[in-house]
Amino acid sequence: MTLQTQPNEPHATDAESNLELKEVEGLSQGQIVRKRFFRHFGAVAAMVVLALIIVLAFTSVGISLWGIRIPGWWQYSWNDIPPVVDGGRPSAQHPFGQDTVGHDIFAVVMRGTQQSLMIMVIVGIIGATIGIVLGSLSGFFRGWVDSLIMRFTDVIITIPFIIAGAVIGATFGNLGAAILGLVLGLFSWTGLARLVRGEFLTLREREFVDAARVAGASNGRIIFKHILPNAIGVIIVNTTLLMAGAILAETALSYLGYGVRAPDTSLGLVISDNQTAFQTRPWLFWWPGLFIIIIALCINFIGDGLRDAFDPRQKRMPSERAMRRRAKVAADAAVLRGHESDDPAHASVAESVVDETPAEAGGDDGEPPIVRGDDPATGR
Amino acid sequence: MATFIIRRLIAAILILLAATFLVYNMVALSGDPLEDLRGSQAPNVQQLIEARIRLLHLDVPPPLRYFIWLSGIGGCFIGQCDFGFTIQQQPVVVLLEAAMGQTIQLVTISNVVAIILGIVIGITTALRQYSAYDYGITFVSFLFFSLPIFWVAVLLKEFGAIGLNDFLQDGGTVSPVFIVVFTVITGLIWASLIGGDLKRKAATFAISGVATAGVLVYMSSTGWFLDPRFRIGGADLSIVIVGAFMIAAAVGVTAILSGFKRKRPLIIGLAVALLGIVLYVPLQYTLLNPSAFVMSIPFLLLLAVVTVLVGVGIGWLFGGEQRSQAMKIGGWVAFLSGFVIIVDRIQQVWMPYSESGRIRGRPIATIGATTPNLDGSFWVLSLDTLTHLLLPSIALLLISFAGFTRYTRASLLEVLNQDYIRTARAKGLTERTVVVRHAFRNALIPIATIIAFDIAGLIGGAVITERVFGWNGMGTLFQTGLDRTDPNPVMAFFIVTGALALLFNLIADLAYAALDPRIRVS
Repeated sequence: MTLQTQPNEPHATDAESNLELKEVEGLSQGQIVRKRFFRHFGAVAAMVVLALIIVLAFTSVGISLWGIRIPGWWQYSWNDIPPVVDGGRPSAQHPFGQDTVGHDIFAVVMRGTQQSLMIMVIVGIIGATIGIVLGSLSGFFRGWVDSLIMRFTDVIITIPFIIAGAVIGATFGNLGAAILGLVLGLFSWTGLARLVRGEFLTLREREFVDAARVAGASNGRIIFKHILPNAIGVIIVNTTLLMAGAILAETALSYLGYGVRAPDTSLGLVISDNQTAFQTRPWLFWWPGLFIIIIALCINFIGDGLRDAFDPRQKRMPSERAMRRRAKVAADAAVLRGHESDDPAHASVAESVVDETPAEAGGDDGEPPIVRGDDPATGR
Repeated sequence: MATFIIRRLIAAILILLAATFLVYNMVALSGDPLEDLRGSQAPNVQQLIEARIRLLHLDVPPPLRYFIWLSGIGGCFIGQCDFGFTIQQQPVVVLLEAAMGQTIQLVTISNVVAIILGIVIGITTALRQYSAYDYGITFVSFLFFSLPIFWVAVLLKEFGAIGLNDFLQDGGTVSPVFIVVFTVITGLIWASLIGGDLKRKAATFAISGVATAGVLVYMSSTGWFLDPRFRIGGADLSIVIVGAFMIAAAVGVTAILSGFKRKRPLIIGLAVALLGIVLYVPLQYTLLNPSAFVMSIPFLLLLAVVTVLVGVGIGWLFGGEQRSQAMKIGGWVAFLSGFVIIVDRIQQVWMPYSESGRIRGRPIATIGATTPNLDGSFWVLSLDTLTHLLLPSIALLLISFAGFTRYTRASLLEVLNQDYIRTARAKGLTERTVVVRHAFRNALIPIATIIAFDIAGLIGGAVITERVFGWNGMGTLFQTGLDRTDPNPVMAFFIVTGALALLFNLIADLAYAALDPRIRVS
């Protein structure tokens, strides 16, 4: 195999990273991430579905927060008790059916979705804030600050989330979803703090941080302007995962009776109240479960898309066929240029590419082939 | 090494002390332990309140009461554990002993199965990246990841158990539609898994499809689901099936660990399998016969260790130049052969068990951890435990399995893109050696950490699963304690789970050191 490296050029680049570089030429970090994210079909679909659910949940039954009550377009509220129609089976009037008392399950599920979303966002914000602050302090200052914070993290991490959540729920559950989310957030930051610390420990040794320090930047400036932006990928991805975990934790706690309490409602509470009626009224069970799954699935898919966007290491490689096609196009172009060129030596180099590319591209075992220097256009 | 373990143990104990202090106070301050008595109309309510205050030291403020509790726990080191009393004046130690076995059984079984399944499926998806199989598993694991465990558990209980029991009661015959659908799905999975060009995929699909359909038709027509034995003309010839499984294990283990290029490892694997087949019949009349020998779980574990040692020993004796590989192969084949024999032994009691008066043909249990007052041999009781464990374990493992699959896949893919893997391939090593020797070991390093962390989540899941399936395990202890603002049972639950979590963390650290030569524990 002849390396196509020109002496005055940097090393020949892999076909993949070459394609990669072309795609991101002249774009800012934010634009690159956005571009990669929107290429992830699952993540984009998840985002659309989640947006629809949010709009549906908050417009249909309206908002009730701290005594302010804004009604929505749906005719029933989650605490209305209309007469039971047709044994509570789903009908045009009650699309998700009714329970034994007569509650409209659509309204109840929408209210539960609101609660879950609210708790999810609050846990996400609180957990991320504490995790970032403690993790960056610990990773940046090291020494005794690090030991202190990490031992504290160890203590909190030893308490399973379900225990912390249940004890908190037993104490604060009757104060409403917002308070519950707030206190749950106080116990959900540990994983993020460890990850942020790890990022800080590696980033603070990098040259650009030294450069900033030599230039006289203060600790605060280095943390906020130089290190945090580089750790943002880890933070965002793990905050989404934290939120997906929070929604499952909240519903589980409500199911156990330590989360949101009656007269307010939550998706977990609806399932818990109605699980004995599974044989007779399965819709009481299917709808709330379906909404929990859809929300958690959406968040997980968005998290996956964000991970792909921020961390190209596990990113999809171009398929074998796409690589071969690209290599062929590049080789053809090189041949054309080679014939136009007056330099015979260069033409022969280009022709050797044509000979070798198909053989090299045919990797075995479905492994993406590694085609070196298949793009002489950049080698010129 | 010893200093490292001791240092980590001391740190773990200190962390556990701090965490228990925190949880104790949180529980003690979460409500009023005298609530039920304050509303009581009993004439002697004042005496009851005083008795409870005296029993539970309620006159001491919680931060100090913690130390009273702690001194009781400290008694464990001199053999007198005192976990205090519950509000109903029962000693917590007694409750804990009854509850702990069930929960640990549940958590261990589902964790082990989830780890094995997750790693195997994770590896296959990584090796077949961007195949239909990979996309399918990715979606399924995302779905499982997003499932609320209580919902799955209720679904399994109301759907799975009743469906399975009806199926068994109706004679255990599989409908043709099910056979067709199942065959097509397995065929597709195999075709996508084996890969290759279209012709090869079609061949794989056809072969696996015919095999699956054949096995299903056979099982359905001979009532295998009611009596899982292989009979020809009334004679129980299950030894044929057992032997086939053992030889398959030998071939499979050899294929993974050493390949077929050299004959010796394969011969050793087959020899161990043959030994298993030879021992099958004598074992039925001695160790596995309840009237000749009383089996117990510790003895079974001892037997497993001995079996593995025998296999390793055969590998050591006859391994020749490939001694280390032969020892591994011998050990694994011996273990798998022993496992097949035990499974076969339990299958033998399946029909008597499900037809017994207490079960009445509906063996898949939905409530409790054992059938109360069931009488029988070790094998019958084991089977009873297994049928009770089946659905809760599935509920638990579905969720952690999804996580393991994702992590294994990600970690193996990352390793496979490293330069040293390229070097290994360039050297001309076979794909098997590259994946098993070079990639897999390194991919295991991050997974070890994940498994340790996951144990805490699994315990949380166990609390919920136990509640759905009506188990009287640790979850109940925790919940009733918390509902009555009774810290002692809650703390008993927490100290066991917390110790378990710290123990797994320690094991993860040691596994780290064993897997990654760059890390030295000292």
